[in-house]
Amino acid sequence: MLLPRVIPCLDVAGGRVVKGVRFQGLRDAGDPVERAQAYARQGADELVLLDVSATPEDRGNALEVVRAVRRVLPLPLTVGGGVREARDAEILLEAGADKVAVNTAAVTRPELLDDMARIFGCQCTILALDAARVADGWETVILSGRERTGLDAAAWAREAVDRGAGEILLTSWDRDGTGDGYDLELIAAVRAVVPVPIIASGGAAGPAHMAEALAAGADAVLAASILHDGHTTVDDLKRELRALGVEVRR
Amino acid sequence: MTEVVVIRTGTANLASVAAALQRAGRTVRFSEDSADAERAELVVLPGVGAFGPVVARLDELRLRDPLTRRIAAGRPTLAICLGMQLLAASSAENPDARGFAVVPTTATAFRDGLRVPHLGWNHITAGEGCSLLADGDAYFANSYKLDEVPDGWAGATTDHGGTFVAALERGPVLACQFHPELSGAWGQALIERWLDTAAGVV
Repeated sequence: MLLPRVIPCLDVAGGRVVKGVRFQGLRDAGDPVERAQAYARQGADELVLLDVSATPEDRGNALEVVRAVRRVLPLPLTVGGGVREARDAEILLEAGADKVAVNTAAVTRPELLDDMARIFGCQCTILALDAARVADGWETVILSGRERTGLDAAAWAREAVDRGAGEILLTSWDRDGTGDGYDLELIAAVRAVVPVPIIASGGAAGPAHMAEALAAGADAVLAASILHDGHTTVDDLKRELRALGVEVRR
Repeated sequence: MTEVVVIRTGTANLASVAAALQRAGRTVRFSEDSADAERAELVVLPGVGAFGPVVARLDELRLRDPLTRRIAAGRPTLAICLGMQLLAASSAENPDARGFAVVPTTATAFRDGLRVPHLGWNHITAGEGCSLLADGDAYFANSYKLDEVPDGWAGATTDHGGTFVAALERGPVLACQFHPELSGAWGQALIERWLDTAAGVV
């Protein structure tokens, strides 16, 4: 039986971990290698590293961060941010990523997913989907939430999987960084249409939220603010998840 | 004997494999050379992607026969993920492609209704006769699998809608469906046991 995963997320810019609310107001949250090692020691099941660099020059820094994290991390590493074509994904894999997440570029050119799945395999091809609530469901948003696409999030998830995405990193734009809990209806809506694993993201304030997301159909839960701010540790989260009846890796 | 040769099977997560070997105190050399494939003291055969394209690439590089002979001769080899499925005769993923047929079996797909890919941590149980493999939690990323431990091998199994092969061992030949390089301290310890056992037989 696959065990639910707890996945710390490092948003990286300028060689540092940063974190904001609803993708805005970024503040410093530590050294990426130190954070990666700490989370690995605490029992993290995997790590996601998102390059949120604003400039092309900073992309080089992010690549150095991937290399440095890889040297110390004996866990799966998903990297996303700024991937436009298969060659960008290859550069990240060579630097030490195990999986590559694509977001905006997959919406503007969905064939990118077919290319990546063909060259690197679907288990390596992750769709990062940012969804905002609208009257009759959820709309896919891109460019860190700055642009709405008119694409129904569940329909887009389904298309992406048909094209070769092997996992979905599903972020609620409305909940990101708020601590109000994951958008459970969003998770259930996407779960209903895809067979691939879903990583729930956006809104976790604690283990109860995580248990809810897993019950709603997520296979993994992403957490950033609550870990970076030192409110809790992966150890504590897992202990509390077990107390809530969720079997997680020791 | 500190060097490990990692066969460049294509675009795999080679950096992760290399990092795990380096953490174990080894130096890593990537190679596509047939003499390395057959004769190097320690060889890692990684693999991500699809069965057909990877066997096509190994044929193009003329690595099929050297690797097959190496494994048949019991030289220290660590095959990972798709690298393990290459030992089979064929795979449902690309039925026309031919594997190494070191084990007389076919890789099959998971049945409908399950999470696919089988992506994440799963508990593995080491069977009778295992000396490298131990019970523990391992990180997998596979859509196809081998269903039974073949005669002449010891193996570990796991469960995803049914039992399947998590890993096989025969002397210093270790083939893992999971990714030991991504399986935390448990996986790192397995890699180090393989390196130690390999040192004993060369």
